[in-house]
Amino acid sequence: MVLNSKTNEVVIRMENITKRFGGICAVDDISFELYKGEILVLVGDNGAGKTTLLKILSGAYTADYGRIFVNGKLEKIENPMDARKLGTEMIYQDLALMDNLDIPSNIFMGREIRRRHILGLLGAMNLRAMRQKAEDLLNSFDISLNIRKIVRNLSGGQRQMVAISRAVYFDAKVIIMDEPTAALGVRETKRVNDSILKLKDIGISVIIISHNIKEVYELADRFMVMKNGKLVGTVRKEDITVDEIVAMIITGERSKSK
Amino acid sequence: MVKTNNFDLSEKQRMQSFKNFFIKYRTIIALIILLFILCIVNGFLLPSFLSVTNFLNVLRQVSVTGIIAVGMSFVIISGGIDISVGSILAMSGIIVTMALKNYNIPLTIAILIALIVSVALGLLNGLIIAYGRVLPFVATLGTMYLIRGLALILSGGRAISDLSDQFITIGRGFFLKIPIPIIIAFVVYIFGHFILTQFTFGRYVLGIGGNEESARLCGVAIKKVKLLVYGFCGLLCGIAGVVLAARLGSGQPNVGSGYELIAIAAAVIGGNSLSGGKGSIFGTLLGALMLGVVSNALNLWGVASFYQTVVTGGIVLVAVLADKAVITKDKD
Repeated sequence: MVLNSKTNEVVIRMENITKRFGGICAVDDISFELYKGEILVLVGDNGAGKTTLLKILSGAYTADYGRIFVNGKLEKIENPMDARKLGTEMIYQDLALMDNLDIPSNIFMGREIRRRHILGLLGAMNLRAMRQKAEDLLNSFDISLNIRKIVRNLSGGQRQMVAISRAVYFDAKVIIMDEPTAALGVRETKRVNDSILKLKDIGISVIIISHNIKEVYELADRFMVMKNGKLVGTVRKEDITVDEIVAMIITGERSKSK
Repeated sequence: MVKTNNFDLSEKQRMQSFKNFFIKYRTIIALIILLFILCIVNGFLLPSFLSVTNFLNVLRQVSVTGIIAVGMSFVIISGGIDISVGSILAMSGIIVTMALKNYNIPLTIAILIALIVSVALGLLNGLIIAYGRVLPFVATLGTMYLIRGLALILSGGRAISDLSDQFITIGRGFFLKIPIPIIIAFVVYIFGHFILTQFTFGRYVLGIGGNEESARLCGVAIKKVKLLVYGFCGLLCGIAGVVLAARLGSGQPNVGSGYELIAIAAAVIGGNSLSGGKGSIFGTLLGALMLGVVSNALNLWGVASFYQTVVTGGIVLVAVLADKAVITKDKD
């Protein structure tokens, strides 16, 4: 496929990642690679260890064992700030928005655009520049919103877009999304999916956690299936059908056809 | 024809933004209207009420608790509470007067020492709350007693009086015919407003109050911000303590008990939510003024102070219930 030949540059490689909670092995010796500008969909039943694996990548958890390479370099990721510095941003299911604040406040929280000179050093914000930049970010996804709106008053899809814009502003090279369209209607799901494809266009790699394959099938370049903390297999979309993936999720065995 | 459409759109948007403006500032608009009505009605019935002297009198009365209320607003917006403010205020007054009287330290340095100690006490609150992970109410309940006790020990339980005129001017003097405490309070409000709306610190306080975990995930240094919030509140208590000691002409260890509740009341009436994340310094100003105007009017009417306490309680309840009613309506 044209796309894959263009994108065989490895952005992330996770090797032999293992994480235990008490006696339960939530993630058991998992290795995988993520390519530049691809959409990798991580599927599996509840409790398969999908979220735990990616929380290790985003620094929310640390692995008991295993190595993480970013752009070919071995890196230590011990907290979300480490991951962010390496360009990895996780968008949580609850989106981690501050409902009481407006859109720019949420997009720039912790990274405000400051005024110049001494006032900026003291922490004075350039509110106008932040509004403008927030508007530009949303416009780049073909979203037009009243930028002063309080996030609490936005729809689910709009909130998702604010979270995605924030990740893009944080200069993410890899965006991890946990069930991005689980709570959305048909129209909003399409909107968010279009935006995810746009992320791919600008060279950002996206990992989507999902347990509804049909929702994300169109988006995916590759699928990665997990069951009970173990990796069942990683397959390119053109090599597998939806039914075969479902079989992999349920049986925990890689289909024999390919 | 396209132009007409555009015009319609912008007109509609303007109506929308007008509506948003009204919703966003409803508490403040309501408070301004209420204050206005109160002043008009009382002005008609009481000839002395609308005089400049009485106006300045009200402002001077609310200046000390008003300064504390700014610090309290920051704490409340961050989702916390500080009930040790009265004790820090008393401590600040004791320290500045003792430095002047017992140690003959120059005025500016004496004030500086009092303010540094106040900030340190505020930071102590912040340390216990942010790093010791103690509930703000419990932590400041402890320091409230602790600091009050220390103020009593330091002063030997007695008032420290016979202070220089230079010091007393801070509390009783005038600048351009305006009492100095009012000017200090005014500066504090302007400063507080800008910190909250224009500076990253204020943004972080709002963010933490709204959703602490989200703010943390965005990389906001939660503990540091909390520490500074309580330190800032301590600083304002220190300023208020110096002003009050100067007005009273003495440092008194027992002064300021109950001020925490007045400051909380002012903040809550002004639309600051005790669950955090919502509020403005301008609202706090209106809340403090509301309390001051009502108490002044009741005084002029000759109503006994027992009833005044009842009225204060009533205002707080009405303010909170009105806010709640509007919010519930929004959700429907």
